[in-house]
Amino acid sequence: MKSGIRWGLVIFITPVLVWLTVLILLPQVDMFIMSIRAENELGEMGFSLANFKLFFLEPIYWRTFARTAIFSILVTFLTFLITMPIAFYITKVVSPKFQGFLSVLILMPFWVSELVRVYGWMILLRESGVINHFLIKFGLLNKPIEMLYNDATMITGLVYTSMLFMLVPLLSVLESLDNSLIEAAYDLGGSVWSIAVRIVIPHCLPGIVSGSIVVFMLTLGNYLTPNLMGGKNGLWFTEQIYNQFIASFNWNQGSAFGFLLLILSSAIIWLGLKLTKQRLGKVVQ
Amino acid sequence: MQTDLSVVNVIKKFQDFTAVDSVSFDVEKGRFFSILGPSGCGKTTLLRMISGFFEPTGGTIEIKGKNMAGIPPNKRPVNLIFQNLALFPMMNVGQNIAFGLERQNEKRSVIKRKTGKMLERVGLPGFENKKVDQLSGGQKQRVAIARSLILDPTVLLLDEPLGALDLKLREQMKIELKTLQTQVGTTFVYITHDQSEALVMSDHVAVMNEGKFEQVDTPRNLYAKPLTPFVARFVGENNQWSAKITGIEDTQDERVAMIKTPEGNVFKTIFRENLNTGDDIDLFLRPESLLLEPDPSIETLNRFNIIVKSILFDGANSRILALLPESDREIQISLPQTRQFDHIQPGDKIESGWSPESGITFPREKVVP
Repeated sequence: MKSGIRWGLVIFITPVLVWLTVLILLPQVDMFIMSIRAENELGEMGFSLANFKLFFLEPIYWRTFARTAIFSILVTFLTFLITMPIAFYITKVVSPKFQGFLSVLILMPFWVSELVRVYGWMILLRESGVINHFLIKFGLLNKPIEMLYNDATMITGLVYTSMLFMLVPLLSVLESLDNSLIEAAYDLGGSVWSIAVRIVIPHCLPGIVSGSIVVFMLTLGNYLTPNLMGGKNGLWFTEQIYNQFIASFNWNQGSAFGFLLLILSSAIIWLGLKLTKQRLGKVVQ
Repeated sequence: MQTDLSVVNVIKKFQDFTAVDSVSFDVEKGRFFSILGPSGCGKTTLLRMISGFFEPTGGTIEIKGKNMAGIPPNKRPVNLIFQNLALFPMMNVGQNIAFGLERQNEKRSVIKRKTGKMLERVGLPGFENKKVDQLSGGQKQRVAIARSLILDPTVLLLDEPLGALDLKLREQMKIELKTLQTQVGTTFVYITHDQSEALVMSDHVAVMNEGKFEQVDTPRNLYAKPLTPFVARFVGENNQWSAKITGIEDTQDERVAMIKTPEGNVFKTIFRENLNTGDDIDLFLRPESLLLEPDPSIETLNRFNIIVKSILFDGANSRILALLPESDREIQISLPQTRQFDHIQPGDKIESGWSPESGITFPREKVVP
């Protein structure tokens, strides 16, 4: 009987293990091995930490990384600021009849691919785009201005892409917030601000942190949006990795950058969890 | 006596449904006022209008003579104890109690002192750093009360706060609440569907039904002199019996009616309503005003025979469920646990009696077809 239970376990866990090993673990191990190999003076491949060293020695690389990380944090924060009131409105203000409808409305843009959504933004914002057309038509502008290819546009695009991933965990934590807590705080003299800071946000913290982790990771690893909407002089770190693999054909350097991205982003998330006093296990539930 | 809370002709409508229908009452300072009614009678709606969460459709609410129209809950000198208490789980006990004072920008030292004092008052000294989920039901109750009382509200509103407690604790908290209210002298407005809570604690009780007040009176009067059939049925137990008036005798201080029931019993009862010979009436008799095997020497008693159907043993609250002979009318009679009636068994035919003073009569209610 005992071995029967074990067989069941084996059958259920095998696909997961195969998945993790073949698709996640092996490529990562391969990447790691590649990253610690470089050509020596004689042009022979061997063990070396030169790939990692280059990242810290060449300012463009670590500055690109810092820029990417800072912008990702900014995007996460902006996404939270925009999504929180929306989530509160959907769960607590609007009548239950419309809750599902509004959630679907938010979900809808995510049925089309990110590429199409980004092109949607480009059609709106480019020099000969919809917004410029109307601004000129109503006499607000003399000649069209280029609204694409700058940091502000890129951040707009990234926030738009990330909203759903913040909204879903916020909806579920807000759903579990007892309305009477808000009413009790209001009854005891709380203002909108103090209720938000003392009651709503502390209650929602696990959802905020888990949404933030997802949004931060997706933004940091995003390639499409920064590439299409960002300016030429504003690099994203994923573009550096892409350049190493495809343009310079230096797979060893690219692997090292890929690994650095993984380590540094994990470190930032660890720091975020420490600062908000949350535990990863609780947050991902 | 100063009036702390004055409610005048307050109406609340939700679309077509009238939840509260022209309710008026005054509560004097320091009183314990209860609103008693079945669920869905509009009592919570009324309480939420007083606390400011609902705006009345009509009428005025005054607190200490000041009209409360348009004033939001966080600016009213009233506090509400929620049915589920609504303690903030993200804060400890001390922070929960300090929440209101912090909103008034009190000095930190003052808050600390007042919080400590308030916890002592509700019997939880030194509980500041406990977490909310470490408290028992009764302790949570006290923290919720402390959290509101620390703001020194003119009126404290309580929305069935004892509902979630088990029976023993509820009995204990009833007495504690009343004691606390007497000590602090704050005006309490308490709503409940549990008549015992209302009767034990209150100075005055309003019985509410379908959005209207049926009667506002002292607990004793509600029980002894209900003004409407609803109050007679809702407050305490009652046996309802239909009858017809066959004659009226007027003595010096009371009016006595001769009545006849469909089963053929003829009784005498006093009455207060305006009734005439030939009227159909409803007669209410409390289980404890029906005597078992009454002494034959008492001449004024109304007497009738019953057949014991079953004995409902419930300690001091035990009852006999009896039938009238050759009828299916059921009657509940109190069974005092004095050993005197231990011989009564189901199936026995015994005599019961009641004094004309204990009858409660109303004109027959028109049955809505």
